[in-house]
Amino acid sequence: MQINKKIIKWITLIMILFIILLCTGIFSLCVGASGIPLRKIISFFFDKNTGVELSIIFDIRLPRIILGFAIGGALSIAGVILQGMFVNPLVEPYTLGISGGAALGVCLGISFKLTNKFGILSMPVLGILGAGMVIILIYFLNIKRGLFKIYEVLLTGVMISFVSSSFVMLIMAVSGAEDLRGIIFWMMGSLEEPNWLLIKISVLISVIGLLASYSLSISLNALSLGEDNAQHLGINTETTKRLLFLISSILTGLSVSICGMIGFIGLVVPHFSRMLVGNDNRILLICSYLCGAIFLILCDTLARTIIAPLELPVGVITGIFGGSLFVYAITKKRTL
Amino acid sequence: MLEIKNMTCGYDNKFLLKNINFKMNCGERIGIIGPNGSGKTTFMHAMTRLLPPKEGEILFNGKNIWEIKNKDLAKKIAIVTQDSPANFITVEEFVLMGRIPHFENFQFIETKNDIDIAEHAMHLTDVVKFRDKTLNQLSGGERQLVHIACALAQQPILLFLDEPTSHLDITHQVKIMDLIYKLNKELGLSVVMILHDLNLAGEYCEKLILLNNGSMYKNGSPEEVLTYSIIEEVYRTTVIVKENPLSLKPYVFLVSGRGKETAKDFTTGH
Repeated sequence: MQINKKIIKWITLIMILFIILLCTGIFSLCVGASGIPLRKIISFFFDKNTGVELSIIFDIRLPRIILGFAIGGALSIAGVILQGMFVNPLVEPYTLGISGGAALGVCLGISFKLTNKFGILSMPVLGILGAGMVIILIYFLNIKRGLFKIYEVLLTGVMISFVSSSFVMLIMAVSGAEDLRGIIFWMMGSLEEPNWLLIKISVLISVIGLLASYSLSISLNALSLGEDNAQHLGINTETTKRLLFLISSILTGLSVSICGMIGFIGLVVPHFSRMLVGNDNRILLICSYLCGAIFLILCDTLARTIIAPLELPVGVITGIFGGSLFVYAITKKRTL
Repeated sequence: MLEIKNMTCGYDNKFLLKNINFKMNCGERIGIIGPNGSGKTTFMHAMTRLLPPKEGEILFNGKNIWEIKNKDLAKKIAIVTQDSPANFITVEEFVLMGRIPHFENFQFIETKNDIDIAEHAMHLTDVVKFRDKTLNQLSGGERQLVHIACALAQQPILLFLDEPTSHLDITHQVKIMDLIYKLNKELGLSVVMILHDLNLAGEYCEKLILLNNGSMYKNGSPEEVLTYSIIEEVYRTTVIVKENPLSLKPYVFLVSGRGKETAKDFTTGH
């Protein structure tokens, strides 16, 4: 039967996406305010020369590409997980208010100058805590009370976003000029991150997130049949849901705390991946991860070249693209 | 096979089912009937481990079902619910999900054996021809068949069905009930189903459980349960019960408001 065909198809697809990802990465290394030909980049790996171009490649562009890979992938699978759990394609970290919660956490961190006290890692921790609080709130407001109606979940999500962005504004209003600059700078969303430790941690958490959610992919598939049916298939739905909530809040909190508000990736990328591979989470998770990475690297490349030498916040690009694709997506036929 | 001892259960402080005692043997085909709100679905939820009993216990092969692992129970018991929110997956993918309880830890891909079993389930239920269609492209009856196929892929020994024929046309009602009958007779699958239609229940079940207000009103063969006096008492409506000329099972005729007076003569004269 089609078992081998299916696996071959999946592996081919993953390979193709991987190649596209590599090409995107190399393309992104080459273009920018100053174009560097590929030949020269390759020569850097062999010759031990130093120079401005070398520093542009390895200190500016490469970290952004790596971060784009990690964050793009993380946001996409956070979207896939939440959509799978709620069996609704409109759910994602933003529409549920999880990103808003993470943003509030980070803003509190900036205004209380926690980075100075506890080091650079306090940011992701605060982001994850903020996201986690919102998830717990959603869990108790909706799911525990048995309200699983999707419009109620979305409405509470929108309200949570609203409340947390109001709190963010409150913090901005009472904070000093320096903090204000820090918050605005961070919130506009950028893949620029000078700290290699944070980049490494992002990649690590993002890949672990992918592996962890992949190990639950079968349960996620079963959940798409409805909770009762999943339970009848021997899935421990309570535990699975809690784990999935935990994974998605960690991924979202991490992304928001490091790169600011980069919107719509968790919505658009999974949606188009579904069109490409269907709803089987075993392939959808990997596919979305790779597509998200490609999409964010491309958006970032665009953000720093479009009005070079100035730079647009990458959130603007993903927002414009994502927003218009979102409208297209909801007016088109549903696929989940 | 399934034994319920002194079970009381319900939601929060409301007890919907009181003191249920019931024993089911291997290979039986049992129908649960009763008016709306009599506790049929709660009964099903309790037996399929969605709702813990407040008192009493439910034994499956001598073991309390709440002490059996989720996965192990799913290898023995399959449940066909009324519907699922799944819409955009193909019939084949859906049926293959029935193999999930048989997956090893960290197994992600179906084995050849899993696929053969799913294929067999699709043949039994006659849904092979839809295998590449997505569920939203199917009619209600076809969807129901696909749900049964998924349950069969679990290779259960006990099958629960929650109103398998609701909202279906008579062709599909008969097709599905015949299929359930065949599975019971030929494969020895024990079946418990909630049924709304008293005539289908009488025609296809060996044993009926009539629930009323959360307790078991009557438990026995269709001939014992579907009598004029019992139905009038429980459903509070006038009916005429006759014999189906072909199967010799009881058949319940509804009586409209217009015919109430004349119906009295029928029932008393019977």
